[in-house]
Amino acid sequence: MADWNMLTLVGADRPGIVARVTRTLYACGCQLGEASMIRLGGNFTIMLMVSGERPCAEILDALRPVSEELALRIHLDPVPGGLHRHLVPNLQVRVAGADRAGIVADVTEILAEQGFNILELESDVAGDEDHPVYIMNIQGYCERTVEAVQKALSALGSSGVSVEVAPIDVLIG
Amino acid sequence: MAVLDILKLPDPRLKRLAAPVGRFDRGLRELAADLEETRLAGPSAVGIAAPQVGRLERIVIVDVSGRPKTPNHGYLVLVNPEIVHWEGFAIGREGCLSVPDYTGNVIRATGIRLKAQDLEGRVHEYVMEGFEARAVQHELDHLDGLLFVDRVVSRRTDLHRRKVHQT
Repeated sequence: MADWNMLTLVGADRPGIVARVTRTLYACGCQLGEASMIRLGGNFTIMLMVSGERPCAEILDALRPVSEELALRIHLDPVPGGLHRHLVPNLQVRVAGADRAGIVADVTEILAEQGFNILELESDVAGDEDHPVYIMNIQGYCERTVEAVQKALSALGSSGVSVEVAPIDVLIG
Repeated sequence: MAVLDILKLPDPRLKRLAAPVGRFDRGLRELAADLEETRLAGPSAVGIAAPQVGRLERIVIVDVSGRPKTPNHGYLVLVNPEIVHWEGFAIGREGCLSVPDYTGNVIRATGIRLKAQDLEGRVHEYVMEGFEARAVQHELDHLDGLLFVDRVVSRRTDLHRRKVHQT
């Protein structure tokens, strides 16, 4: 049995989803690890590490009444990996511009060519329906310099997208 | 000189207010020396505060001089430090000897004016910016029972977004 399972959950956002789901998991004897929970486009989404000492079928059975009542879609998959495996990002890439198809692919293809490992990516569409603005914030690890990554991305500037690369100096105190 | 044990979250002593230093004696100089040895023994910390080793006294060490292209005042022992002026704000990622295996984003002033005494009790005033100013704010928080985890902002909080909206 894997040490951890990855629970993914999506449903229309409403108060109480996290409380109901985590209470059920606790009652089932599961521990929780790292999590990302966020509202996306009116949906609530969860990606949550759930300890693997209970069989997946048992956890899913326990969650079924909650998922039916709150209309949540749920997946549970055994995963390799574990806690305390953080990588510390050293570069941040901020992207902003008029929204158009392909921005994410354009930026991240260039980053991949630079050997940039994305550790976090968050994006949002701001502005309004007539003038949507795409904003993306990427943090990751790359052995190339800020200048090299910025230069590689500079071609995107001509397409009206601003791309700014900055170092992330983690202060330990 | 000795490497002291670092208190780790959730040790309640990290949440207590440190008392002002009144005696500038040999004991204080020994504490400063032990703090520096403890800082250097750990994972490349740019500062350390006395409460992190269980001494509830208002003394911290900051030294960002080992970082390239970073304005700094060198190795500083700050006794009874007090920030008298703040300017600007920026998000930066921080970690802490007392909070292993976790880093988070914290908003700090980008420029400060600082008053502090040295180990002989002489008062100095410093004007600091950027990384050094951040390090001082991080360490001074320890004297007031605050850890950076008490100030962490969401990963989605991005000052850049506000700038974009304003222009």
